[in-house]
Amino acid sequence: MTIQLSHFSSAVLFAVFASVVFGITQRNEPREMVRYGLYCFAMFTGGVIVAGWVMWLIRR
Amino acid sequence: MANSSTTKTKPAEPLVQAAPITFMSVLAPAIAWLIPGAGHLIQKRWGRGVLLMISIIAMFLLGLAMEGRIYKPNGGDILDMLGFVGNVGGGGLYILTRAFDWGHGAIAHATADYGTKFLIVAGLLNFIAVADAYHIAIGKKQ
Repeated sequence: MTIQLSHFSSAVLFAVFASVVFGITQRNEPREMVRYGLYCFAMFTGGVIVAGWVMWLIRR
Repeated sequence: MANSSTTKTKPAEPLVQAAPITFMSVLAPAIAWLIPGAGHLIQKRWGRGVLLMISIIAMFLLGLAMEGRIYKPNGGDILDMLGFVGNVGGGGLYILTRAFDWGHGAIAHATADYGTKFLIVAGLLNFIAVADAYHIAIGKKQ
């Protein structure tokens, strides 16, 4: 079985899984884990969007 | 005359004591490497273990489904060796993949390269989970 994801959906899935692991392993309390996981997810996806716009500007 | 033995200072004790080697401190990282998330599960961290297991296994399987490439130990190139180190972090998943001869990779489309990165990062994330399981086993983390 093979799948072909778009660039953005690949990046979002990557962000989800990496954020879950970062949140659990890098913090001690459950509440902090959730907060840090959400922070990592926002940074990952935000970084992707910013990088996308930067590349769009460079191309212009 | 003062007793000279009373003036001697004791050697300073080390501030950081080495963690004692226990059965769990050996078993937890080993089983965590072999089965992602299992190191937490055997220490009764059910929620964390299940979430780590789902995340790492899903990432690895997605990498395979995206036709990512699995690196072999004798790659020759330094980047291939680094890729191998990342892949080995997958533990049992890597062993299964090699046993069934999956993960040859495709160069026909761009997302296959993302698949390769998914496979490497899944292994690297499992290394972090292994370290976390060890820290729980030695009592450094709850």
